Amino acid sequence: MGEISNPGLQNDGFDLSQFYTVFFEEARENLANMESMLLDIDIAHPSDEELNAIFRVAHSIKGGAATFSFTEVATLTHELETLLDRVRKHELSLKRPMVDLLLEAGDVVKAQLACRQGNSDHSPPADALIQRIRVMAAGQDERAGAPTGARVLDIRIGPLQSGAAADGLVELFYDIPALGSIEVLDQGQLSTDGMRRFKVTTQSPDSELVELFSFHVSREQVQIAPIESAASTSAEGDGYGFFVDPQTLPQVSKETPAGAGAGEGEASRRPDGRARTDKPAAGALESTTLRVSVEKVDHLINLVGELVITQAMLTQRAKDLDPIQFSSLLGGMTELERNSRDLQETVMSIRMIPMSFVFNRFPRMIRDLAAKLGKQIELRMVGEATELDKGLIEKIVDPLTHLVRNSADHGVETPAMRLAAGKLPHGTITLSAAHQGGSILIEVRDDGQGLRRERILQKARERGLHVRDDMTDAEVWALIWEPGFSTAETVSDVSGRGVGMDVVRKNITALNGSVELDSAEGYGTRVTVRLPLTLAIMDGMSIGVAGETYILPLASVVESFQVTTGMVQTVGTTGRVVKVRDEFMPVISLDEVFRVQRPDRTSAAEIMTVVEAEGRRVGVMIDELLGQHQVVVKNLETNYRRVPDISGATILGDGRVALIVDTASLVKRARH
Amino acid sequence: MGMMERIDIGTEMAVRVREFLTFKLGGEEYGIDILKVQEIRGYEAVTRIANAPAFIKGVVNLRGVIVPIVDLRVKFELGEARYDTFTVVIILNVARRVVGAVVDSVSDVLALDGKQIKPAPEFNSLLQADYITGLGTVPTADGERLLILVDIERLMSSPEMGLVERAAA
Repeated sequence: MGEISNPGLQNDGFDLSQFYTVFFEEARENLANMESMLLDIDIAHPSDEELNAIFRVAHSIKGGAATFSFTEVATLTHELETLLDRVRKHELSLKRPMVDLLLEAGDVVKAQLACRQGNSDHSPPADALIQRIRVMAAGQDERAGAPTGARVLDIRIGPLQSGAAADGLVELFYDIPALGSIEVLDQGQLSTDGMRRFKVTTQSPDSELVELFSFHVSREQVQIAPIESAASTSAEGDGYGFFVDPQTLPQVSKETPAGAGAGEGEASRRPDGRARTDKPAAGALESTTLRVSVEKVDHLINLVGELVITQAMLTQRAKDLDPIQFSSLLGGMTELERNSRDLQETVMSIRMIPMSFVFNRFPRMIRDLAAKLGKQIELRMVGEATELDKGLIEKIVDPLTHLVRNSADHGVETPAMRLAAGKLPHGTITLSAAHQGGSILIEVRDDGQGLRRERILQKARERGLHVRDDMTDAEVWALIWEPGFSTAETVSDVSGRGVGMDVVRKNITALNGSVELDSAEGYGTRVTVRLPLTLAIMDGMSIGVAGETYILPLASVVESFQVTTGMVQTVGTTGRVVKVRDEFMPVISLDEVFRVQRPDRTSAAEIMTVVEAEGRRVGVMIDELLGQHQVVVKNLETNYRRVPDISGATILGDGRVALIVDTASLVKRARH
Repeated sequence: MGMMERIDIGTEMAVRVREFLTFKLGGEEYGIDILKVQEIRGYEAVTRIANAPAFIKGVVNLRGVIVPIVDLRVKFELGEARYDTFTVVIILNVARRVVGAVVDSVSDVLALDGKQIKPAPEFNSLLQADYITGLGTVPTADGERLLILVDIERLMSSPEMGLVERAAA
């Protein structure tokens, strides 16, 4: 299926290409809906609504595709529609291989649409798939002779010169038992208009019947119409006596009689295969939403950020005013502060998208993975409605995907191993998301074999890492984050190459987040990702370092205290440590890191702030603690470049720029 | 106000007029394309960036935008650089970034036509010949002013300025 002509200019020169975008977007949504419905459906007891909904997806995509002359899409979705129509009418029962086939077909349609959209070069071949769909639509193999799988057809042959010509058809059914059964309705007599009538029960498609009948009569003399089976849900008059040209459409078209039963937005179909849809979108969501470009939203957020800064500046200037004299002004300032905060929260929430957007790809992935790995895995999702900033959502997908794959590949054991361990044969992977304070907590948990301490220690020794036998479990798990670390026996294409975990952690820290591992051997593993709710605004602590102001991310600050002589001890020649309760941690002086010149020789850093990043703690020597407030994070790289140890900049209330310290790199500094 | 056509000065001496902002630096006078100039400010409230080269003074807040400031006097080692109320910063819009450059003083905006611009001979000056696009002459009451015309965009985005991070190839 190579050629993609310019379909927009067909249809009498009316340019349809302006409607493409909407069609592609809606088709994408529809396909995603269909996929999740197929994954959720109870194969043994599917509900009518679900089956109808899935049918409508195929139907509406077919309609749009036909309108735009995307023939390959229309052809494939037409086959899907036929199959799904039979399923929803309970002529065919839903089985797992069928669901697999439908999922596969959904992927192919997606690829075809992507090709049409210009995202890829060639359309996937669909002919083999179409054949398989037809075979499946034709009936069920295991139910030989069962009436529910077969179709009952009203066959008219003619006009004929003599009735005997059609007797050959009866012989056919005699010769080929698998074809079905035939009943002569007219006692072998030609009707007044030269027609013979039979009732046929068969599981074969019409095309096959016509092929066989053409041995005895010519094709144009064959008329096939279905007689609805008892289990059908649609109206009696459906399709009765409708003539189909068997050379153009292999399946029977059903024309809805005026106003009758099938009123769920079904299209009336013209014999040339083009469909007219009544309702454009078959999506299930009825919410009122607005499609807005991301640029506009980002611009809006920037403007609100500027407003917050200006308001903070005004508040600061107003601080020094006499409260009695300027009481109404100060009252206004408080109002302004409240309004700004409300506005900011509302605008920020525009970009918030529920986690389900991220989670939704996992059921399918787990299904395919489980099949590939020969394991049984159940996926549970908790808190999918928890919202996260759009920018973060896009960036968290890859790390989460890696974590879920790890759980499936290395965590959950094969059913045999699980049974041997006294567990249920299917493993469970739980994805959960919840807000906690100013952060969002995302967990990937499995009840698999857990991290194996000894294997990790051994692997670490092999790699020359410095390990001791008395390391705590937490310290052992932390070894996983080392680049190239993997205790997998075999490297599958799923995971095991050892490039995953350190990249996962790097990606997450790049989002100002943190990730932790916890595990119990034999019971399971849990990975917890903590992310700030938005990228742009952060809670910060202002600190003074020899007259300069810096900002520490509040999330990294553990505690601060005054340093007395003797608290800080030297180790080796240049290292310094401090003991906080029972823990020794390295000490860094920020004035040294940032090469701040002390104007006054007698001043010194006397306050120690304990900072934690990437699971490690460091004591940071500073001069002053100036305060805590929300800061709008500005990127230094917009006009300048990346600065070591600095993660961004912000504008203080007095208009000056303050640099935000990159606590992760500070902590790394202390290690080396 | 003048025509804003890009001309390759070395090859074409078209009769079109371009406008230049002129400023003094180290006893010499320079001219830069006015279109690259966003505004002119005083020097204040610069936040130092640790471990940056000495000529990168730091960053300032320009109505919510963080802008790095480069002191050309320091960069080209032109003697004592003073920072007072008379210190002038030219805010430039080059290479899709906003950057500021400190100079000795800013003079005026001049329109020069093709006839007033001559190609620059090879000479050893502070600025390498790559950045110099020509020499402009402007008649004054008592003689002539010589302007060294600079491609400020190229200069500011060069590696020696250290403003733009070059990704490793």
